[in-house]
Amino acid sequence: MTAPTTFAPTRPVQRRSTSLLGSLYAGNARSVMHRGLLATKSTNWLVVMSGFFEPIFYLLSMGIGLGALVGTVETSTGAHVPYAAFIAPALLAVAAMNGAIYDSTWNVFFKMQYAKLYEGMLSTSLGPLDVALGEISLALLRGALYAGGFLIVMQVLGLNLAWTALLALPAVLLIAFGFASLGMAITSYMKTFQQMDWINFVMLPMFLFSATFYPLTVYPEPIQWVIQVLPLWHGVELVRGLTTGALSVAMLGHVLYYVVMIAVGLVFTTKRLRALFLD
Amino acid sequence: MSAPVITANLLTKKYKEVAAVDGISFEVAPGESFGLLGPNGAGKSTTMRMVGAVSTRTSGDLSILGLDPNDHGPEVRSQLGVVPQQDNLDMELRVRDNLIVYGRYFGIPNKTAGKKADELLEFAQLSDRAKAKVDDLSGGMKRRLTIARSLMNEPRILLLDEPTTGLDPQARHILWDRLFRLKEQGTTLVLTTHYMDEAEQLCDRLVVVDKGTIMAEGAPAALIRQYSTREVVEVRFGSDRNAEVAERIRGIGERIEVLPDRILIYSENGEAELQKITEMGLEPITSLVRRSSLEDVFLRLTGRSLIE
Repeated sequence: MTAPTTFAPTRPVQRRSTSLLGSLYAGNARSVMHRGLLATKSTNWLVVMSGFFEPIFYLLSMGIGLGALVGTVETSTGAHVPYAAFIAPALLAVAAMNGAIYDSTWNVFFKMQYAKLYEGMLSTSLGPLDVALGEISLALLRGALYAGGFLIVMQVLGLNLAWTALLALPAVLLIAFGFASLGMAITSYMKTFQQMDWINFVMLPMFLFSATFYPLTVYPEPIQWVIQVLPLWHGVELVRGLTTGALSVAMLGHVLYYVVMIAVGLVFTTKRLRALFLD
Repeated sequence: MSAPVITANLLTKKYKEVAAVDGISFEVAPGESFGLLGPNGAGKSTTMRMVGAVSTRTSGDLSILGLDPNDHGPEVRSQLGVVPQQDNLDMELRVRDNLIVYGRYFGIPNKTAGKKADELLEFAQLSDRAKAKVDDLSGGMKRRLTIARSLMNEPRILLLDEPTTGLDPQARHILWDRLFRLKEQGTTLVLTTHYMDEAEQLCDRLVVVDKGTIMAEGAPAALIRQYSTREVVEVRFGSDRNAEVAERIRGIGERIEVLPDRILIYSENGEAELQKITEMGLEPITSLVRRSSLEDVFLRLTGRSLIE
């Protein structure tokens, strides 16, 4: 048996333009995403499915159950909506967030610290931005999957009050992208399991207090400011405006918040991957 | 001779103030099989990482296929095959998928990658394991899969960092055979090792590295001729007597090295020297006459043995 041809002495080395992104990006993030899909398909699609139901359980217990006692709630634009229709968009944003965070934090942490996956990827012609974009897209996809399913559940339960609910789909993509990007950036700086627990420590209160289950106005003003600095509130407000049909200019601000979040996450993830694996 | 594919000039890598690689210079010609031989911590892996365009140098010059890896990381890496010291196979993917996915990292289309994967599975003698989980492979098989993976992009240079460390003798021989085929076919190989037999089998030329610097350079046989004698006598008198006996037999052979567990006598004719020792009335517990190896070269150059 002969060895396969591996040697091509005359093949010219391709020079890409030596732009700023030259050593960071090979334009092949899709191969990283393809890898992620293949790995998910063969090993942990069941785990992926389990995360889907969490916000649905919240919607059923709080929205339907508690909603019977609460009646209607006033949104930030002054509209009165049934309680279930008030929390459903918030839980939709949470679904997008959860999906994105699962993949971009714990899964990334494992791949980075134990599986040495990125080390292998970065010894190929991929650049750190390819890896960051590919992994973040994968997390984004999971967020979109959860949110898409949740949006259908909302439609079935009659909780989408306006046609603008259709726009909630691109909105949740944006939210998932933001959380995936920032989640991976933060995870890339984590070294131990204890540090990873800090992420959970931030996530749970953010989920409970970001005007998810009641309007922001119940808080004293200083606490409102704190909530408004955190990302989830912007997502909740954005989606709630779209599904209830109460649009406002402030929503553009929420969009901008996520655009910045995505950019910051990508920059830091790329920087960190380069520092870790291409020192 | 055609232009070198790798040129390193005073290549240096410092971590904080400690120099892991301290001003080494070498060239590798196309089709050549080049080795870095040295103990653990000599700076071999750091050198390999710089050549592999995954580590930036602190100072000095480095050119891979005419490109500076600091500026052209992805382009340089697209021409290299890398077998890292520790396997970093994708445990979440099956054997064949490991190859295909890796090929796609280089931008190779799915279909082409599939064909290439089947070809390389056969080369790595893993065709019947195509659908197996990576975890279920033996150490030697994982290593062969890693080598197959490194060939997916038809690299012009193959970098192997300690390719057979941790493998049993049989698995090593299978691996050597595969690497030898690549070499015969003209692939440029750059490998690090601390096994002298591996270096002797696979390397056309090598540098002996210690503490981040090059101690000697040449073909294995030439290095042995230059730094050692033709034969070596190894005698053991027990660890508490070796030093004492060594004093008494000074003058026998060209040179004597005393190691904690044995005495080495360097000579052109080992049997004759061994006879002199027994004629002195000394009876070694064990004795062995062998050809000089790179291990002896290293001992001569550094005063230490390779595997500590």
